[in-house]
Amino acid sequence: MQRRDVLSPGFLYFVMLTLFLYAPIVVLVVFSFNDSRTLVFPLRGFTLRWYGELAGARELLAAVVNSVVLGLMSSVVATGLGTAAAIGIARHNFPGRRFFLAVSAMPMVIPYVVLGVALLILFSWWGVPLSLWTVGVAHVVINVPYAMLIVASRLAGFDKNLEEAAMDLGETYWGTLRRITLPICAPAMLSAFLSSFTTSFDEFAVSFFLIGTEATLPVYLYSQLRFPSRLPLVVALASIIMVVSILLVTLAEWLRNSTLHLSRQGSA
Amino acid sequence: MAPPALLLAVFFVLPMLIMASFSFRLGTFAPERYVFTTEHYWDFISRTSFHRLLLRSIGVAFITAGASIVLAYPLAHFLVFRAGRMQLTLLSLLIIPAWTSYLLRILAWKVILGSNGLLNSFLLQAGLIQEGSARLLYSPSAVVVTLVYVWIPFVALPIFAALQRIDGSVLEAAADLGCPAWQTFLRVIFPLSLPGVAAGFLFVFIPTLGEWVTPALVGGARGVMYGNLIQDQFVRALNWPMGSVMSLVMLALMLVQLALFSRVVRLSDLAAV
Repeated sequence: MQRRDVLSPGFLYFVMLTLFLYAPIVVLVVFSFNDSRTLVFPLRGFTLRWYGELAGARELLAAVVNSVVLGLMSSVVATGLGTAAAIGIARHNFPGRRFFLAVSAMPMVIPYVVLGVALLILFSWWGVPLSLWTVGVAHVVINVPYAMLIVASRLAGFDKNLEEAAMDLGETYWGTLRRITLPICAPAMLSAFLSSFTTSFDEFAVSFFLIGTEATLPVYLYSQLRFPSRLPLVVALASIIMVVSILLVTLAEWLRNSTLHLSRQGSA
Repeated sequence: MAPPALLLAVFFVLPMLIMASFSFRLGTFAPERYVFTTEHYWDFISRTSFHRLLLRSIGVAFITAGASIVLAYPLAHFLVFRAGRMQLTLLSLLIIPAWTSYLLRILAWKVILGSNGLLNSFLLQAGLIQEGSARLLYSPSAVVVTLVYVWIPFVALPIFAALQRIDGSVLEAAADLGCPAWQTFLRVIFPLSLPGVAAGFLFVFIPTLGEWVTPALVGGARGVMYGNLIQDQFVRALNWPMGSVMSLVMLALMLVQLALFSRVVRLSDLAAV
């Protein structure tokens, strides 16, 4: 960036909007240190009490653990299935390819409330009791299309000839997949996994319909939003989660940007 | 190929079909569950309160999508044409808040817009109002503000991608032919970025139309949307067949819109990759 651009209207606008985007996060972090049970101005004074009380908030911690386990498991499955779909679309021509592509992208554009109630009907029709498993299924359905597109765009940057050369030189199909295709996909798979995890960890609109007796973190948060006295604890936890997720996403973005460079070199 | 296709068939296509069959049932539980009827469709057609809510939700979705695009476009433009080497860093800076908890950011907006909130305290201090007002929160505009806030980064991404795809030589040609900057923008850059704008519009419009969480938290009674109506049929009213009819109406709207947009929008723009 040139020096004169620092004061350009575009840059000032960018700075203002970025402040607007970060302001609510800052507000929450500030309130997590505020010595008052109610989230209102003016601020009362500095305290670490809420962070201290977190350790004893068993339900809250159980919800965090549930969300982490659910996020890890559903993201592994979504990334695996998304990668399989991406390889299928990018490297194979099969009957109904376009139809598959269209249907597989649908979960991205369907309103979540509809997906949630449709799965609720499905599980009740089957007589499957609602639990973290039913929520997990929904998270996989939500994340597969994104994982597929992230991996497919990575594959699009590499020449098919790489795989064909390996096969010509006597490697089997599965050997080629393991030694050529998957290593190419690896960075995109990691970024698909991270994006699936953050989505799952935060997902509420669908989970709400499918949750059983054990809460995920967003489900727990939603129930707590109705009891203002418990809010400071929630806000303290929120601040921790925000900071951790910002760190995670920064890592993911950094990875994605470096793979972007690579794939551009690959296609050049 | 088979496992992802199977997943989508069983957990995405099948539920939609079962939901469609549910819409023809009389009630949620046995024995009404086994009675075939089109009653709920007629009921839906005759209830003007449903139509009003649907129209209002479409309105909210339009305003939210429009405002997000207007606010996000200059960001994308700046990043592509002015940010230079800082581009990727600044882009990341823009996206990061979008990945933090959505519920918590809504909670933050409740704190900001509430009657003792940041905005009211500020207005009080500045002497612009006499006492804190609860009017900012629990209204359709609170829903719009919160949603626009949530969507800006998601809209900026597809527009960014579309602007990024513009061939630099086209811009050089415009400059060589003596085209002033604002005309280059209006007649070259903007038309070429329309696929990204359309993707951004779709990206906001569809989820906003189906939104129920944000209205439930910051919308209050005046900010109720169509998604809340569906949620209510399944959670409180326990009229699943009626809820299915409502969901199918929404799905039909989506499909029409997708069909309209399918020629301009790139799938990969929706995933922002």
